[in-house]
Amino acid sequence: MQVILLRRTMGFVLTLIAVSVIVFAVMNVLPGDPAITILGIDSTEDARAALRAELGLDRPVWLRYLDWVWHAAQGDFGTSYFFRVPVTELITERLPLTLSLALAGMTVTVVVGITLGMIAAARHGTFGDWAIMLFSQMGIAVPAFWLSILLVLLFAVGLRWLPPGGFPGWDEPLLAARSLILPTTALALVQSAVLARVTRSSALEVMRLDFVRTARATGLSRWRVLRRHILPNALVPIVTIVGMQVAAVVTGTIVIENVFYLPGLGRLIFQSIANRDLFTVQALVVLFAAIVVTANFLVDIAYVLIDPRLKGRMT
Amino acid sequence: MRAHRAINLWLGAALVLPMIAIAAISLIWTPYDVTLLDVGNKFAPPSPSHWLGTDQLGRDVASLLMSASVNSLTVAFVAVGMGGSLGVMLGLLASAFGGWVETLVMRLADLGFAFPALLFAIMLATAFGPSLSNAILAIAFINIPVFARVARGAANQVWTRDFVLAGQAAGLGRARLTFDHILPNIAAPIIVQATIEFAVAILAEAALSYLGLGAQPPLPSWGRMLSEAQTLMYLAPELAIYPGLCIIIAVLGFGLLGDGLRDVTDPRLKQVRA
Repeated sequence: MQVILLRRTMGFVLTLIAVSVIVFAVMNVLPGDPAITILGIDSTEDARAALRAELGLDRPVWLRYLDWVWHAAQGDFGTSYFFRVPVTELITERLPLTLSLALAGMTVTVVVGITLGMIAAARHGTFGDWAIMLFSQMGIAVPAFWLSILLVLLFAVGLRWLPPGGFPGWDEPLLAARSLILPTTALALVQSAVLARVTRSSALEVMRLDFVRTARATGLSRWRVLRRHILPNALVPIVTIVGMQVAAVVTGTIVIENVFYLPGLGRLIFQSIANRDLFTVQALVVLFAAIVVTANFLVDIAYVLIDPRLKGRMT
Repeated sequence: MRAHRAINLWLGAALVLPMIAIAAISLIWTPYDVTLLDVGNKFAPPSPSHWLGTDQLGRDVASLLMSASVNSLTVAFVAVGMGGSLGVMLGLLASAFGGWVETLVMRLADLGFAFPALLFAIMLATAFGPSLSNAILAIAFINIPVFARVARGAANQVWTRDFVLAGQAAGLGRARLTFDHILPNIAAPIIVQATIEFAVAILAEAALSYLGLGAQPPLPSWGRMLSEAQTLMYLAPELAIYPGLCIIIAVLGFGLLGDGLRDVTDPRLKQVRA
C-alpha cells in the first residue's frame, strides 16, 4: 500500500510540474512577446524594451520558467503589473470569499445530492423516485449562470428577499452570509443533481446483493440498512464523482462570482484579463488547475482508504 | 424497457431536429434583420409583428435567437469535430502500439483533464485577446482527452477479436488494420460520445460567451444575450428567460439523443437499466 501511495504521489507532483509548463507555455511562449501582451499592440518599441528589462523578459525562456516556478513554489507569484502589489497579496485578500463559496457549495452538494439519491433508491419506482430523477435530469441541462439569473429574478427582483449581487465584506457576518445564499444555491443545485443520479444508481446496484437481504432478514429497519450497509458499499462511485465535483465547484466559482459581482478570485481573473495583467492571470490559472489536480489525487488516495476490496490489490 | 430506451432517443430527436431546422432556415431567412436597430421601438412586448418582442436596441428577439442557434451549433460542431478527430487518432494510436506509446498518450490525456474549458479559454483570452475562435479552441482542447480515452478503450476490445487476429495473421499492418477494421467497429461509441459532447460544447460556448470570452458583438449568441439581459433585469426580465430556454432545449436535446443512441447501440446496458 505504501508503494502505491508513493507512486501516486510522484505522479501527482509530475502532473503539477506538467501543468505549470503548459500554463507558462500557453501564456508566455505562444503569443510571442509578453511585453506586447501586457502593453498592447499599439505600444512603442521603447516602452516594450523598458518593460522587458524591468520584468526580466529579455532572459531565455527556460530561465524565466525556472525562475517563475521556483518563486511560485514559495508562494511568490511576482508583482501585478496593473495593481502594483504582489500577486500573492491580491490572492490572499480574495481567497476567503472564494473558499467560503466553494466550501458552502460543496457541503450543500454532498448533503442534498446524497440524500436525494438515497431517497430515490429507497423509493425506487415510486413517484418520489421519478420526481427526483426529473429534477436531476433538468439540473444537468440548466447552465449555472442562467440558474443564477433566474434565482435573482425570483428572490431579488421579484420577492426582494435577498440581494441581487455584490458583497458587503466580512465585517457584517450576517449580511455577508445572506449575500452568499443565492450564489451557493446556484453553484450547488446543478452539482447535487449530478450527485443524486450517481448515488441512486450506485445504491440500486448494491441493494441487489445478497448481504442486503440478509441484513433485512435479521430484522434491521429499512433506513438502518440503507445508512449502515448500503451507503458505505455504494461509496466508491460516489467519491469519484464528488472528487470531480470539487474541481467543478471550484472552477464554477469563477463563473458564479462574475454573475453575482462577488469580489473573489474569479472576479480577479476577469479584471486581470481586462487589465492585461499577465502574471496575475497566470498565477490564478495555475492555482485553479492545481486545485483540480489535487482533487483528483485525493480521490485516488480515497479509493485506497474506503474500498476494502482494493486494499489487497494495491500491495 | 425497450420503450424506455426509445423514449430518450425520440425525445432527444424531437428537441434537436426542429432546432437544426430553425438554424438552417435562419441562414436564409429571419423575420427581421438582426443587425437592424430600431431604438424607437425598444422593449416592445410580444405581438404578431414581433413574436417575442424586441430588445434594448429594438432588435427582434425571435430573429436574434434564431441566428444565435446557428452560432451555437457551428461552434459545437467545429469544436467537437476538431477535438474529437484528434482524440480518436490519439486513442487509436495508443491502442495500435500499446506499451510506452499507450502509457504516454493516456498520461497526456489525464493531464488534459486538469484544464476545464474555462481555464483554457482564460489563458487564450489573456494571451491573444477574447474571441470566438479562442473559445472554439478551448472547447476543442477539452474534447481531445475524452475521445482519446473512449477510442482507446473501444479499440483495445476490438484488437482481441478473431477477425483482427486473422487479419494480423494474413500480414496486414497496424495502420491498415486500424483504419479498415478497428475504426469502423468503434464508430458507435464514438458517435454516442460525440452527441453527448455536443451538448457539453453548447453549454460551454454559452458560458464563455456570457463571460465575454466567446462570441463578440455584434454576433448573436445565447450566452451574450443573457449577459446583456442581466443588466436589464428590472426593465425587461423576459429577455433573460428566452436565451436560457434555448440553451436548455439544445443541451437537453443532445444529451437525451446521446443517451438514447447509447442505449440502443450498447447491448450490455440492457440488464443494468431497469
